[in-house]
Amino acid sequence: MKGFLLSFWSEFYKSRKTLGFWSAIILPLFLNLLAVAVFYTKSDKFMMYQPMVLWIQFSMMSLGIMGTLLLPMFVIFIAYSVNSVEHKADTWKTLFSLPLSRWSVYGAKFFYAVFLIFLSLFLFGVFTIAFGNLLGIVKPELKFGAYHMEVQIMQVYFKLFLSSLGILAIQFLLSLLWADFLKPMGIGFIATITGVIAASKNWEYAYAFPYAHPMAAITSMIKQNKGPVRDLEIDIFTKDVFVSLGVAVVVFIAGYFIVRRKSVK
Amino acid sequence: MVIRTDNLSFSFANQQVVKSLSLQVPAGSIYGFLGPNGAGKTTTIKMLLNLLKIQDGSIHIFDKELQGNRIEILSQIGSLIEQPAIYAHLTGKENLINRAMLLQVNTNRVDEMLKLVRLTNASDKKAGQYSLGMKQRLGIALALLGDPKLLILDEPTNGLDPNGIIEIRELMISLVKEQGKTVFISSHLLGEIERMATHVGIINNGSLLFQGNVKDLENISQPQVHIEADNTVDAANLLKRHNFIVNDINNEHLFVPFTSKQQIGEINTLLVQNGITVYGINKQHKDLEKLFLNITKSN
Repeated sequence: MKGFLLSFWSEFYKSRKTLGFWSAIILPLFLNLLAVAVFYTKSDKFMMYQPMVLWIQFSMMSLGIMGTLLLPMFVIFIAYSVNSVEHKADTWKTLFSLPLSRWSVYGAKFFYAVFLIFLSLFLFGVFTIAFGNLLGIVKPELKFGAYHMEVQIMQVYFKLFLSSLGILAIQFLLSLLWADFLKPMGIGFIATITGVIAASKNWEYAYAFPYAHPMAAITSMIKQNKGPVRDLEIDIFTKDVFVSLGVAVVVFIAGYFIVRRKSVK
Repeated sequence: MVIRTDNLSFSFANQQVVKSLSLQVPAGSIYGFLGPNGAGKTTTIKMLLNLLKIQDGSIHIFDKELQGNRIEILSQIGSLIEQPAIYAHLTGKENLINRAMLLQVNTNRVDEMLKLVRLTNASDKKAGQYSLGMKQRLGIALALLGDPKLLILDEPTNGLDPNGIIEIRELMISLVKEQGKTVFISSHLLGEIERMATHVGIINNGSLLFQGNVKDLENISQPQVHIEADNTVDAANLLKRHNFIVNDINNEHLFVPFTSKQQIGEINTLLVQNGITVYGINKQHKDLEKLFLNITKSN
């Protein structure tokens, strides 16, 4: 366990000056600032909305983009970036000749990638809530203060996080085995496009395909209650989320055995 | 023995690159692991560090079986394999701090190591901007950071200038003499190993051709009498007429196999009495370079 924590800390230390780390912070900040700019300049268009609808409109600006193409691509990029640090510096051999178990090195790297995705999506939720309330203060005609859906926003991002883990496990393994960017990126890109098409056409087996999960997570997030809608209830644990978690666990464990057997070049 | 391998073998696909290697590296030695490029040196080193799975044979380090005691053994080894593995986006100092964290070594040692390899002034520069020699020195600092009992260095003087090579050599010698460490160092350059090694292993095409201490190696090479004279051809003919074996003649010098000190005196007298001016006459060991070529050629 100590080896794992040391390796995890080292992952942070190594990546803290790389684009991989900073993109997890800059991406949510940038997209939310963009949403703020739209609402601020077009406030007259949005002022007639009910507070609940206003929040949904505002949060969907980031959620919509993330849920379709951006989250899978971001996951592919993060999976690449934590592994490329070692490929580029040719440090796998050093890493595996340190007095640390192979599990610590592999596990810490994987969970660091998980942490970066979590951090980014957590910040998406935090920035959405913070900037929404800020807009309500700066432009009182936008009635952000009259409705609260902090919990639901965080729940949606948590659901997105869980739905991205299947892709992450697959891409992580691809990026670990291949030093170049194009192979994992190309495979990931094609799979993502397939996933988007599968999910948007409501293909009945889309839930079984990890790259369709982020989009499926968005479409399946609202609990289908009978009767009139008063409050939004978020359904986190849908079928696609379970599949995503299952894929993540299986691929992660399989990856460990591949790494253990693998000779380091 | 600090390192002991028994009949170690390794193949990539159908090509056997290491053949029944039985290394014996005694404690407190500088073991020069010599061989031309592609002889199997790096493959052997990677097996010693458990980076390549052993296919045949066994490895014992500090008298413990490697596979079953991997972490315990690795915690006492510092290594540098091929090109130094350095994070280019971090400074030299950050590279060392990162490693110090992983090894749980006090960060004070980082500054000591920087001073030892003379990188203190460049410590805040990105390692990617270092020259090859600086990278190599940083790699050596990384290997020494955990104060290991055994240092395994694969071609550590690659890319270093003559001063750098001398510094590394002196550092190795002082580590062994003053701190009782053991150094296993591979090279394809004999001159370099000759000057610091106490023990030598010579490998070619995956097989060990010679193993022993440096004296043994010198003894198996026959010493020669080296003669410099004004007319080497006449000198050679004269010596041949007096039943001396002459080999390797050119305009500058000639060699006669050494038998005794008296023999040198006799040769000198003979040459001078027959009007040949002798510029120099002395006993010489065949240098490792020639010896090495002989051994590798004959196999």
